[in-house]
Amino acid sequence: MTNQMASLPLPPLTNKPRTSRLSRWRRHGVSYLFVLPYFLVMLAFGLGPGLYALLLSFADFSTGLPKYFGAGFSNYLAVFKEFRFTFTFANIGKFLAISVPLGIAMVIILAILLQMRPGRLTTALRTLYFISGAVTGPILVLVVIFMLDPSISPFQALLKGMGFKLTNDVIYPGSLPIIFTLMGFFAGAGMWIAIQYGALEAISTEVLEAATMDGCNAWQKVLHIKLPLIRPYIIYQFILIFAGNVQLFVEPQILGGGNNLGVGGNVPTVWSPNQLAYNFAFEMGNFGATSALSLILLVIGLGAAYLIIRWTGFFKIED
Amino acid sequence: MSQIDTLRPDKRPTLLQRWGRFWVRTVGDTGILGFGLRWGVLLLFAAYFFIPMLWLVLATSKSAPQLLELPPLAFGSFQRIQEAWQRIIEYQNGEVLQWAFNSIRYTAFGLALSLACCIPAGYILAIARFPGRRLLLWLTLITMLLPPSALVLPMFMELNLVHLINTPWSVILPAAFFPFGTYLTYIYYASSLPRDLLDAARVDGCSEVKLFRHIALPLATPLLGLLAFINFNTNWNNFFGPYVFLNDDRLFNLPVGLQQFVAATSALRPGFNPSPGVMVGYQQAEIAVFGLLMIVPVAIVFLIAQRYVVGGAFTGSIKG
Repeated sequence: MTNQMASLPLPPLTNKPRTSRLSRWRRHGVSYLFVLPYFLVMLAFGLGPGLYALLLSFADFSTGLPKYFGAGFSNYLAVFKEFRFTFTFANIGKFLAISVPLGIAMVIILAILLQMRPGRLTTALRTLYFISGAVTGPILVLVVIFMLDPSISPFQALLKGMGFKLTNDVIYPGSLPIIFTLMGFFAGAGMWIAIQYGALEAISTEVLEAATMDGCNAWQKVLHIKLPLIRPYIIYQFILIFAGNVQLFVEPQILGGGNNLGVGGNVPTVWSPNQLAYNFAFEMGNFGATSALSLILLVIGLGAAYLIIRWTGFFKIED
Repeated sequence: MSQIDTLRPDKRPTLLQRWGRFWVRTVGDTGILGFGLRWGVLLLFAAYFFIPMLWLVLATSKSAPQLLELPPLAFGSFQRIQEAWQRIIEYQNGEVLQWAFNSIRYTAFGLALSLACCIPAGYILAIARFPGRRLLLWLTLITMLLPPSALVLPMFMELNLVHLINTPWSVILPAAFFPFGTYLTYIYYASSLPRDLLDAARVDGCSEVKLFRHIALPLATPLLGLLAFINFNTNWNNFFGPYVFLNDDRLFNLPVGLQQFVAATSALRPGFNPSPGVMVGYQQAEIAVFGLLMIVPVAIVFLIAQRYVVGGAFTGSIKG
């Protein structure tokens, strides 16, 4: 193309930008056609809601209809002044402090123990762990209520041994972070075990054989070879679990929701920040405060996302 | 005994030899303490994951008094399963079946739309260079690490603005945005599609669209399996979105329906005095049947999809 151009007389200077823009458009037109549907849904359901929430967080809802830019920072102030703000963030903080390190440690331990000496039984166990991920959302909450009811639970010997007689002895405000951790681990661990198992399988056998030759036993190989090599996946899991757990909503909403769950009185109706955001909108009609609080949570999630990409730099973008 | 003798296959190994082989196979270099510890932990967690599922299946067969009297992992009767199923079917004139139909509808449409958007996009991001490509990749990365629940309330405001609240579209359309799918597709084609193949086809006069349809798509079967699994799972279990966007109970999907069912009936606490307005006569077995209705399709998909997850398509997306 450039060679041909060289043999032709130079086009007038004024035409040059137009033709090159046109040809570039022609060259990239098909590419844009391919990404267009994705780009549109990204605008509508990825970037759009975020930007619209930003707009609404500065809007005044006191008349019921949004008055854009009418509120200044008062919605943010309302969120910070809300008496349940510290309560919900303290709750989620406790939940994160328990669920994130414990969840990751147990997933890694189980993946390593399974993959150490693979056989038919370990494959069956991995499938068993994995399949429990099918029990999630509302049904998981209900199953856990049953599991924690000393009168019908298959773990009743354990519960009674610990001195619990009623569901309310087991499910009370102080135990909620642990209960949500148990729920999250039940539904999510299997998937992560499978992912980490895949990562462990990808470690080159040559390295491991060399270690065996040098007299490493199985546990030394785990500590000095496997763990350091799967470090990136552990960080990846950390960030995704952190960003996901900050948004906790379904479990406390169902557990604290109905009067006839038998645990309603013991579980606050608003326990997590996301529930508080929901509550601002649908109980108090203050969509501005909902937007402000959602954005705060969004920024926490985005911060985690940004950290994972920049700080570890392990997502591939090729040129 | 000569060397040849011990190698002869028809000579049965001695008991000691068999023990030795068993030992090496099972214990290997973990040590006897390590062996016990390893299996102790693995089986303990097997109980943690398995017993609740087993209990749920058995609970379908027991009446409320039987749940209290029989051992927790005992079987009740087939008649009770049938009764529970009947009550679920008859609840609000078959509303549960409507919810199941909605779940299928939302999941299928969401799956189709999201794949239609993310596969062409991921493909072209991998093979072509055009202005705006890096920006799009960055936005994909950031939105992909964002949990979907972070956007539910802002999305409610947006859908409310365009009057889509309380329509099936409020659940289906947001599901079309699947940045993780785009990213996995991008990685898949960037690392496994030979550029020469495409160039050769182009020289032969193949258009870009034909290239995608006849060369790229047929190569993507394992990728499609993984994407379909993740997307199916997310859509089928979607609770927060439908819970916020829908208020007509005929439009609910199964998860939101289950929540509504438990709140409206005595099923969870059959023995207690219910609050006014609560429908009585429902028992825990009904919840278990309802739950299995939700879980079994996912469990089947999980069984099929496990190999894609372990197969390393996930881990391929991260620099090891």
